[in-house]
This record gives sequence, C-alpha cells and structure tokens, in this order.
Amino acid sequence: MIEFLQYHLPVLLIAIPLIAAPLAVLLSNRYIVQSLALAVCWTTFGLAIWMVAIVNQSGPVSYELGGWAPPYGIEYRVDQLNSFVMMFVSGLGAMVLTYSPYSLKAEIPLSQHYLFYPMYLLCMTGLMGMCVTGDLFNVFVFLEISSLSTYALISLGRTRRAPLAAFQYLIMGTIGATFLLIGIGLLYQMTGTLNMADIAEQLEAQRLVNDGQWAGSRTMLVAFAFLTVGLCIKMAVFPLHTWLPNAYAYAPSVVTAFVAATATKVSVYAFIRVVFGIFTPQFAFELLPLDTALWSFSLVGIFLASIAAIFQQDVKRRLAYSSIAQIGYMLLGISMADVDGLSAGIVHMFNHALIKGGLFMVVGCFVLRLGSVQMDDWKGAGRTMPWTSFAWVLGGLGLIGVPVTCGFISKWLLLTSAIHNELYPVAILMLISSLLAVVYVWQIVEVLYFEEPSEKAKHATEVPPLMLLTTYTVVGANIVFGVWTTYSAGLATKAAKALLEGGSL
Amino acid sequence: MTLDEIFGLYNYWVVICLMMTGFYIVIARKNLIKTVIGLNVFQTSVVLLYITMGKVTGGTAPIIPPEIAAQHGEHHEHSTAHSTAHSTAHMTADAPHLDHATEHGHEAVTPLTQHADHVHQTASAMADHSTELIYSNPLPSVLMLTAIVVGIATTALALALIVRISEDYGTIEEDEILLIDQRDSSH
Repeated sequence: MIEFLQYHLPVLLIAIPLIAAPLAVLLSNRYIVQSLALAVCWTTFGLAIWMVAIVNQSGPVSYELGGWAPPYGIEYRVDQLNSFVMMFVSGLGAMVLTYSPYSLKAEIPLSQHYLFYPMYLLCMTGLMGMCVTGDLFNVFVFLEISSLSTYALISLGRTRRAPLAAFQYLIMGTIGATFLLIGIGLLYQMTGTLNMADIAEQLEAQRLVNDGQWAGSRTMLVAFAFLTVGLCIKMAVFPLHTWLPNAYAYAPSVVTAFVAATATKVSVYAFIRVVFGIFTPQFAFELLPLDTALWSFSLVGIFLASIAAIFQQDVKRRLAYSSIAQIGYMLLGISMADVDGLSAGIVHMFNHALIKGGLFMVVGCFVLRLGSVQMDDWKGAGRTMPWTSFAWVLGGLGLIGVPVTCGFISKWLLLTSAIHNELYPVAILMLISSLLAVVYVWQIVEVLYFEEPSEKAKHATEVPPLMLLTTYTVVGANIVFGVWTTYSAGLATKAAKALLEGGSL
Repeated sequence: MTLDEIFGLYNYWVVICLMMTGFYIVIARKNLIKTVIGLNVFQTSVVLLYITMGKVTGGTAPIIPPEIAAQHGEHHEHSTAHSTAHSTAHMTADAPHLDHATEHGHEAVTPLTQHADHVHQTASAMADHSTELIYSNPLPSVLMLTAIVVGIATTALALALIVRISEDYGTIEEDEILLIDQRDSSH
C-alpha cells in the first residue's frame, strides 16, 4: 500500500484536489464541503512533505502519466526545486483554509460558500500542477486552471469593484497565458517535442551541430521572448503589474492571503524552469542580455512599487504594491545566475509566501473586527486587538528583512551574491529599498499603537482563537525559518545547485 | 525574400494580422464586450498558428483510410502465413493482427536472412498500399482542442463577470465605470 502510494505520489498531489473539487459542488452542504476541503488540503500538504523527503533521499522522481513513456507521454517530474515549491504552496493553502471560516462568513454570502471551496481546490490543483509537470503544454493548461479559478475567487469580493478587478486580471492573465501558448508552439515547431527535458536535449543537440553556436534561429529567440513576457505578466513584474493592486485589494481577505502567498511564486518557479531547465543560462544571460534587463526592471519596480506603497491608505493595496516590489527581489536573485543568487531567489519565494501570507491573514483579522482596510479606521486598534497588532509587527519585521526573520536570510544571500558578482550599485540600491519597506510597514505600526482609537477600533474585540492561532503559526514560521534554515535556505541551495550544475533538469 | 517565400508563408501572414488585430482591440477598446471579442480573435490566431505548423504539404488527416486498413489486414495474414513455411518462429501465425507489433519484436531476434525476408515483404507491401500516403501531424490539432476549451471557459467567465459589472454599474463602458468609481471615492 505504502509503495503503491509512493509510486503514484506525483499524480496524487494533483488528482486529490482535482477530484475533490467537483465532489464539493455536488455535496453542496456548507459544513461537509468545508471539512472535505480541509481534509484534502492537509492531505496534499502531507503528501508534498513526503515528496520532499523522497526527492532528498533518492533524487528526482519521474512519473509516466497513464504509463506512456516520455517524450510521447506526459511526464511528471519532481526534483528538489519543484518539490520545495509544492511543499510551501500546499502548506500555505492548508493554513489559509484552516484560518478562513470566520473571515468567509463575514465576507462571502453563506449561499455561495459551497462554491468557494471548489474554486479554492481547483486553484490549488492548477498551482501544484504547474509545479509537478514536466510537459510544457501541461504547464499552460494548469496555469489556466489556476488562473480561471483565481478570477472567480477574486470576483467574490464584497464591493462591486471586485468583478471589475477580476475582469481586468482576466484580460491581462489571458494575454499572458496566450503569449505562453505562442512560445510553446514555436518551441514545439523547432524541436518537435513538448517534454521539457527533451526540448533541452534537442536544443543542445542543435547547438552542437552548429559548432556550439546558438543556431541563429530567430524562432527560438521569439519563443523565448513570448515565454518570458507571458510569465512576467503572471508574475506581475514591474511594467506588467497593473492587474495586481486591484485584484488583491478587492478580493475577499482569505483569497488575497492565498493568492498573494502562492500564485505569483509558482509563476516565478515556471520562469526559473524555462530559463534554467529548457533554455540555458548561457542562452538567456550571455547571448541575450536578460540578466541586465531583469535587474534593471526589478530595481525600478522595487523602488516605484515601494514608493507607491507608502502613499496607499488602503492597507491591502499597500501590501499589494509591496508584493510587486518583492517579486523584484526574487528576479534580482535569478538574474545573478549563480548558486547564491539563485538560491536567494528561490528561498525568497518561500519566505515571501510566509511573510505576505501572514500579513494578509492579519489584514483579514482586522477586516473581520473593524470591517475596513482604510488606515484611518485602524487607528488605535493596537489597544483593543493587541495580539493581531503584534502579529502585524512580527510579519512587518520579516518584510523589512530584520535579522532573525526569514526576510533577512533571503536579503543576506542576495547581498552576498550581488557583491560576489561585483554589482555594487545593485547591492546599495537594495539596501536603500529596504528602508522604503521600513517606512510602509512602520506607518501602519504607528497608526495601530500611537494614535487615538477610531470609533470602530474602540468597540473592536480580539479575533477568535482559531484565526489567531493560524496567523501566528504562519507569522511565527517566518521567525523560525529565520533562525533555522535547514529546510528553507538549505533546500533552496540544493535546488539551485541541481539547476546550475545538473545542466538541463 | 522571393515571391514564392512570401506566398509560401501565407498562413503565417494571416496569423500575424489576426494576432495584431486582436491584440489591438484588447488594448484600444474600452467596451468590455469588445475587449472580449478582441481576446477571442487573439486566441484564434494562435489556433491557426498551431494548425499551420502541424500541416504537412500534401498530407492528409492522420486516419488510415478504411480500404487500406482492410488491405493491410489481408496482407498481414498473407505474409505471416507465408513466413510460417520458412520457420517455426512463426508459430503464432494465427494470432490476431493486434499482435503484429509484438510479433515483429520477436522477429528481430530470428536469423538475419529471415528478417531480411520479412523486411522485403513489408517493404513491398508498403509500396503497394501506403507510400503515396502522407499524414499531417495530429498533435498540434489535439493541443488546440484543449486550447479552444480553455478559451471557451475564459470567454464564459469573462461574460459572466461582465453581466455582474453591468448589473452593478449599469454600463459596460470602461471610461464610465472608472468615472463612477472616482465619484464614489471622492464622496
């Protein structure tokens, strides 16, 4: 039984939430559906941890879907990198869902609850699928599964702006996904295969035939450009970020916490896979100036988004702009293309998922009691809701990157890598940008603790223990992983080494 | 670029025209329904791109025509019966045609002459029936079936969202919606 499970593990990670989703619609009883979704999410998290253990013990796992051998069949391939990403995606998915009941009751009409859970499960299916699959076209399909359910989830928001935000995201997201599709098509045209490892081999073979020159194949350049731009839209990299603030601001708090923690990270993962797994860093960074492009866009994005965050009165929107800035740090790490830089990028995916997930959970707590995300209404809430406010402080410290929080680990790695690569201006700008984070986090702390309580805050009470417990678990994890890095930075470094030294996949 | 090349790439020109038209509509149109239409045109161009790359000149749909399938069956019986005369390795002569592949695998280890004999037979059979048949690559078309389904789902969701927007705002012109939002937030 154990062996059977272990053999089918990669596909179970997808199949369980996928099958549970329509089942949840059919069951249609709020309580049953809720327990089903919780059970599924925690099971998936458990399986993902098991997957990480297996991969670390005995190397990458390949699973032939339906018994068809790759490259003809679809291959699910799990290595250090994607098992790590799947672990924190499913972990945060389970955590946020456990946190959700009270917040959902307040923000989504009861009659729609049984539809919320299937969407949530589908979104998780899509994200996990994007990670696990070794087939490019499969990436597109899973991307669309997760995106479509995200649009629907966002449109559940309380205000009438929510459907509009969802619609704008849908337009941008579909353009991004279609770009991805064009890129995949062109790659298929050049190599005749959709399996990532096989594409990498074919490209390498073509290169060898041409005496080590990247065959002047313009098609390949175009394919790479389409893939990059398409994924950049989904990642919300600076000039393509316009969908993100509205989507995060108007979605229900639970949805924002989940999507902010996971969706953009998985796109970053897909981008890493495309650059390091299919095309090589030599192609992307030496033949093409992608590294320069990435770090310049990242830095501009970090600064503009951080400055924009400072001027937001809406706390959710403030955190949304901060997310755009944080994506910049991840890309900065990737653009360094050495072990330190890449592990910084990967570990920051994990750390930022914890930090932003935690902070949006805190926002959800405030929304439950204060009914508002405007800073004016949060004034003085530190007196009536001390625990929730303190969670904000802890999460905020992580966001700034204070030592002993996990935000520090990723920034430290990034800094080492920047200095190692003699990119001193980048290193200095990065430090300055952290000061901007101090400003936009501190403004909220000030409002919470040093202002006279607003009308709403005076009558607020502390949130239910379940919400506090889950919020503190996530926020606390960002302290734990700031001190004990074996399973965050350690795994990320292993994954980065495997990507850089193992060549293709 | 010669005239031949320009006309040879006819499909790709159409793809690019459609793609840019769709993309422009998405960016330029402020009416939400028209945006969705633009998105559909954009997606359709990608479908055409895939279908074009799967097409082999002179190729037909990758379905074995019934008469050839029938003839192939007859021939197969004939050839296996014929080889039985040569060798005991073909004791499975009366096996159903579906076993052709496995049988072929066995033959790979039989003595070279017999193998050559069989190859010769197969080759002549091929010459009889199927050399003139070229098939197009079916995979891109299959991929596009999936992409079309995804496109329909996207369009349906987009239209559903537009219905809600129209109920809430009373308009589907983006400019007017933004104006209403601004008026709301200034109050």
